[in-house]
Amino acid sequence: MTAQDTSKDQKDREPASQNGACNDAPWLDPAQQPFIEIQSLTKRFGDFTAVDDINLKIYRGELFTILGGSGCGKSTLLRMLAGFEKPTQGRILIDGVDITDLAPYDRPVNMMFQSYAVFPHMTVEQNIAYGLKKEKLPAAEIKQRVTAMLELVQLPELAKRKPDQLSGGQLQRVALARALIKRPKVLLLDEPLAALDKKLREQTQFELMNLQDQLGITFVVVTHDQEEAMTLATRIAVMNAGNFVQIGSPSEVYEFPLNHFVADFFGSINIFDATVHSREGEHITVTLEGSGTQIRTRHAQPLASGSACMVGIRPEKLLISKERPTLEGHTVTSGVVEELAYYGNRSIYRVRSENGRLIQVSAQNYQRSAALLLEWDDEVFISWESSCSVVLTE
Amino acid sequence: MKRPSTFLYSVLSFGFAFLYIPIFVVMTYSFNDSRLATVWGGFSTRWYSALLDNDQILDAALLSLQVALISATVATVLGTLAGLALNRMGKFRGRTVFTGMIAAPLVMPEVITGLSLLLLFVSLQELTGWPASRGANTITIAHITFSMAYVAVIVQSRLAGMDNSLEEAAMDLGGRPFAVTRDITLPLIAPAMASGWLLAFTLSLDDLVIASFTSGAGASTLPMVIFSKVKLGVTPEVNALATLVIALVAIGVAVAGWLMFRQQRLDSPAAK
Amino acid sequence: MTTLANPGKRDRLWRSCVIALPYIWLLLFFLAPFAIVLKISFADPVVAQPPFTPFFDWAAGSGSRILATLDNYAFLLEDNLYWVSYLKSIKIALVATLLCLLLGFPMAYAIALAPLPWRNLLLLLVILPFWTSFLLRVYAWMVMLGKQGLINNLLLSTGLIDEPLQMLYTDGAVYLGIVYTYVPFMILPLYATLEKLDPDIHEAAADLGAKPLRVFYDVTLPLAMPGIIAGSLLVFIPALGEYVIPALLGGLDSLMIGRTLYDEFFVNRDWPLASAVAIVLLLILILPIMLFQRLQQKADT
Repeated sequence: MTAQDTSKDQKDREPASQNGACNDAPWLDPAQQPFIEIQSLTKRFGDFTAVDDINLKIYRGELFTILGGSGCGKSTLLRMLAGFEKPTQGRILIDGVDITDLAPYDRPVNMMFQSYAVFPHMTVEQNIAYGLKKEKLPAAEIKQRVTAMLELVQLPELAKRKPDQLSGGQLQRVALARALIKRPKVLLLDEPLAALDKKLREQTQFELMNLQDQLGITFVVVTHDQEEAMTLATRIAVMNAGNFVQIGSPSEVYEFPLNHFVADFFGSINIFDATVHSREGEHITVTLEGSGTQIRTRHAQPLASGSACMVGIRPEKLLISKERPTLEGHTVTSGVVEELAYYGNRSIYRVRSENGRLIQVSAQNYQRSAALLLEWDDEVFISWESSCSVVLTE
Repeated sequence: MKRPSTFLYSVLSFGFAFLYIPIFVVMTYSFNDSRLATVWGGFSTRWYSALLDNDQILDAALLSLQVALISATVATVLGTLAGLALNRMGKFRGRTVFTGMIAAPLVMPEVITGLSLLLLFVSLQELTGWPASRGANTITIAHITFSMAYVAVIVQSRLAGMDNSLEEAAMDLGGRPFAVTRDITLPLIAPAMASGWLLAFTLSLDDLVIASFTSGAGASTLPMVIFSKVKLGVTPEVNALATLVIALVAIGVAVAGWLMFRQQRLDSPAAK
Repeated sequence: MTTLANPGKRDRLWRSCVIALPYIWLLLFFLAPFAIVLKISFADPVVAQPPFTPFFDWAAGSGSRILATLDNYAFLLEDNLYWVSYLKSIKIALVATLLCLLLGFPMAYAIALAPLPWRNLLLLLVILPFWTSFLLRVYAWMVMLGKQGLINNLLLSTGLIDEPLQMLYTDGAVYLGIVYTYVPFMILPLYATLEKLDPDIHEAAADLGAKPLRVFYDVTLPLAMPGIIAGSLLVFIPALGEYVIPALLGGLDSLMIGRTLYDEFFVNRDWPLASAVAIVLLLILILPIMLFQRLQQKADT
């Protein structure tokens, strides 16, 4: 299996990256040397294949995120990068050096564990110094580097504390500092924000990005949380059943998911059955089942005319109104409001369409009274710009 | 659930009375001036003085202490290694046999363990000339063998409940396997090792059957001496000895309990 | 479990030490002795030091001739003494296990239902006797049960009996001793299972119309079964091979197999026969031991 690297197909339309950490997109430049290169990596546990013949290139300074549900193989992949699992097949190269056969303590890679794994019997200072002591550095240098690192993660006043006297956020910083002080070529982060509460996550997220920008270390993050992946990453690799399903920038995987799985993984999406009508170049025209409406959009994968496919449209791309809209290039359908939920900033409507399908619409409440305009059992029109929809395969 | 509770608590009280009354009776009788265990002849500590003058008992107590100290210490080392081998070393050849050999001493009747070890020592002596005589050395080896299994089980259950990622983190930071065990694993399982040592120590002090089998002429541990005395009937000196042992255990438990309580207080975030 | 990429030589040496040291010790001092017991159980007794014939007779000319005999096992079958000992041991161990269950279950249940701060103290009270000498605790019952012991004295002084009862040196005293010594082994696993039971389960059953006793039979008992089995095995297995309790509290006819083996060994000095007795005892114990180990493994996973 080869993952589809959507970035190459869409470079003319999409900014490569949304966040400021890395504005250039080295993966688009064929002359760039990859910093981490994973070659046909496989890991089997008995009969079970956790990671199935994966190929991946990650570039220097990237904040690369591997995203997937539990049991998809992402943690095994990360543990192979750290050296805790021995690959059944394949190689891992970092900065041109084959590290596949190196023990974890000999790799230029450090990891921040999901549980943080801060040593409970050592103080914050001793935890951070541990890695340098193992390098047998002179005491003075260790002292100076630990002090600098404590400053960097804003913990200098907690140096003498024991881990059981720290909050979750502080533990996370200790774990981060302890890994960063080794000046690794690559920092691996296993669900870095999962153990933090919601407020702290947002703050920590930005700190992580700043830190990565400041130090220029390549980050590889594993997470099951698509929101975390979207906000952090330069690129996201969506993983399922040991394979990459799609690799691309956050906006690419959100706006141009390749298939139903990816589309569903990132937020909600309305799915309609359709058949392929015709193709011309990068564009494809499909016919919606039921209404017969034709939709023309971009799609990179070859799909034969007449074959079945799906059309997906995200709830926030839909417009809902009482009057029939007359906008150019819009697909329109009508229905009845069956459920509505008011969230303050937006409202969610579930509309039963004329051919019996339930469509979810997320509408921004840009007027104070907007939420009050629609009620249960109102007859409404739903419309969307055809180019906003996406053709999906299973 | 109110009615069953009354019943349950009556049984519980009865059970504790059953467990503790004999002990208190022995303690009371130890202060009985009369040589006849039946008649209360007034308060006296004469049996304690008699105990201190009894060289046979004192020598046996010293031998028992020596055997218990050495065997508990060696058993803690070997048992800890065994616990590590079972829980932190992954797969190795002969693991099933190893697991069986760790679990078996826990359920083996003492008469069989004792008999088999004696036969081993006799055969070894035939073949190699060692052990030239049986006594403290062979008892110690026997005690190490069965108590290391207890230590291994305690250490292993502590390791099983401990997050493996701590050791992985240490390794990730450049610690080699031996350094990781020394820096991370051992400090964290130290309480389990201490419990294991205490258990091994008590098991050794308490053992009669295995010591009887593996000891040679001349070397008698405290339980062996007590057994030979009480086989003939109730003895006031043994009452005094029992009281001393119980008092020592009670003090030990109280101190350990107090230390644990203090440790918990120190560890709890409320103490910040 | 971590499967590391290639560790260095030094690191493999450490791993080998961790595994090999306890492994070799147990092979030498645990497994090898059993092989020897098995071997000697097939040997003839002789009046010599050691008192058994060698298994291999190197002197007998061409190579070695195996000198094995089934006489010892045949003797076990023929002589009533051993039959009776085995059967009596099994009976005593079974009845004592049942008595432990009858006393231990309500105690464990009461502790599990006790308010949380009390539970640890009550458990400590159950475990505490463990740490005092087993021998001295059995001895305490000699003080209690003897002809001039506390119980007889009390009964005599209240006039309930005219002459002291023979309580010590009877089977009853052996049962009492086993229950007294091993009831904590029953209480601890029972407590562990009962403590995990959700109290709401009982209320749910009661809410559905079950009377307290029905709730106990239909809900509590089945859920406590793993603890009951574990506790019973923990009592039955050591009780079967018990030596000290029948030796101190039992009468001359309290022939438990542990005592028979001990006497065969030390009094009659028939080592091959004692070995055969041990091997048969092990064979009897194998089933409950394997059952217990399977239970433990299931609990671990």
